[in-house]
Amino acid sequence: MIKRLMWGIIGGFMIFPLLFMVGNSFMGTLELQEAYGAVLGNAGGGVSMRLIPRYPTLRPLVELLMDSPGFFVMFWNSVRQVFGVLAGQAVIGIPAAWAFARYRFRGRRVLFMIYMILMIMPFQVTMVSNYLLLSKLSLMDTHFALILPGVFSTFPVFIMEKFFRAIPETMIEAAKVDGAGSLCIFLKIGLPLGAPGIMAALFLNFLEYWNAIEAPMTFLKTKSKFPLSLYLPDITTDQISIAFAASVVMMIPAVLGFLWGKEYLRMGIAASGLKE
Amino acid sequence: MRKKEEKIAYCFLLPSLFGTTVFIFLPFLDVVRRSFFQAVGGTFVGLGNYREVLHNAAFLQALSHTVKFFGICLPILLTVSFGMAVGILQLPGPGKWIESLFLLPMALPVASIVVFWKLLFHDNGGINQLLSWFGLKGSDWMNTGAAFGVLVGTYIWKNLGYDMILWLTGLAAISGEQYEAAKVSGANRFQIFVYITLPQMKTCAVMTGILSFINAFRVFREAYLIAGEYPHNSIYMLQHLFYNWFTKLDIQKMSAAAVMLAAGISILFLLLEWWNEKEERQ
Repeated sequence: MIKRLMWGIIGGFMIFPLLFMVGNSFMGTLELQEAYGAVLGNAGGGVSMRLIPRYPTLRPLVELLMDSPGFFVMFWNSVRQVFGVLAGQAVIGIPAAWAFARYRFRGRRVLFMIYMILMIMPFQVTMVSNYLLLSKLSLMDTHFALILPGVFSTFPVFIMEKFFRAIPETMIEAAKVDGAGSLCIFLKIGLPLGAPGIMAALFLNFLEYWNAIEAPMTFLKTKSKFPLSLYLPDITTDQISIAFAASVVMMIPAVLGFLWGKEYLRMGIAASGLKE
Repeated sequence: MRKKEEKIAYCFLLPSLFGTTVFIFLPFLDVVRRSFFQAVGGTFVGLGNYREVLHNAAFLQALSHTVKFFGICLPILLTVSFGMAVGILQLPGPGKWIESLFLLPMALPVASIVVFWKLLFHDNGGINQLLSWFGLKGSDWMNTGAAFGVLVGTYIWKNLGYDMILWLTGLAAISGEQYEAAKVSGANRFQIFVYITLPQMKTCAVMTGILSFINAFRVFREAYLIAGEYPHNSIYMLQHLFYNWFTKLDIQKMSAAAVMLAAGISILFLLLEWWNEKEERQ
């Protein structure tokens, strides 16, 4: 019991930033100035951090929803960019993962190795080549500048391959005996049975792209095209009154997704650790 | 028959293969080519660009900070998360909710907690306040060498859950029979851990290490959002340098540096792979 309690305390410590942000999103402007003015504004003295405001109010949220059109432009930019990438990854990545998982072909091992190496390359390696390509295609400073490189990420292929491989061979043999073709097997057996893997890979990437900083700051110039992940710090320094509310609204999709999909997340992470 | 199978496989693979080749691989080859030429005028300079990068003071400094960061945070993260994974397995009853608590930080977008970090680590911030209650003197965390520690802590906070799950998966793959057999032959818990658990964690350790390595590059997000383009020197890393070269459009240096980074990571990866395969065959 004591052990569990200890773990709970450490765990609570881990999620403290979330609790703090949510609690403080109900703090009114005056209290914000008084409590955090020393850091976020230009008042003197120190801050007085508190988890729950003394005078909770919904004003910041209302102000965010009513008077901050910029916020919603950015929110919508994020949604477009993230789901553009995810849709592309699904269309391109799923068949590729299926090929790696269920077929033996010449060059398979080498190709898979190359895919793994591409997967581990940090953004900085492909930064120049992406830039040169995107400017040649005149896609710089468009939403596509973020979507195009993301679509061909090999990470989802790597994750989904594990799940497709786990489908029992007997099921596929049985379908073949019934006269099902390759495409039919992929659509009728592969997709439904591999669905958890597809969800896991896409969810991991959702978290990754919802949080995108490097690519947008490199490939976008116009502020009105920025995703929320890059623009939010601007809002929070300019308008202290909605700093917390805006941050919390940005968290909502990720946190709700987490609560709904933590099993997928767990499976996806576990799959990312399996070699072959 | 086999021929036909191969054709089908390549049909499934084609869109991905085409895209990866055209949009990632060929552009990168172009960068490799460019790294041997002058950006303006296009004269062949051989290894000149490489020499220039390797003699660049900013590059050497950023590289050393990056290596130092990786050298410190990876061992800490790997051992702490492994210890916690082992600890969670010892818990009676399900520990899933605890895992979830540890996993949540990776889901939180960096931008949305920057305010909290600022409040905490500012000169007038929460931590210094707390310290002053105990009569201790704090420091201006983000503008001194302490920034390095803050970044290491942030990285560990964010990746602890991810690595714990990786370790737990590896630990779960060891069959219970082996533990039973060891118990029957009178091994104590420590011996079981050292002789049965640890040796079987090699492959898992390699993969966990690689994934933690990739994730370590992403601390740039925290560093950038909290401290900007030119943070305190101690956390000025390769990622910052690449970005600052990019804003100056110094394609020449960026190309040479990108090729070196790619080569370094590939070699590291292939060496690990080779070692891992050799170990597995034994």
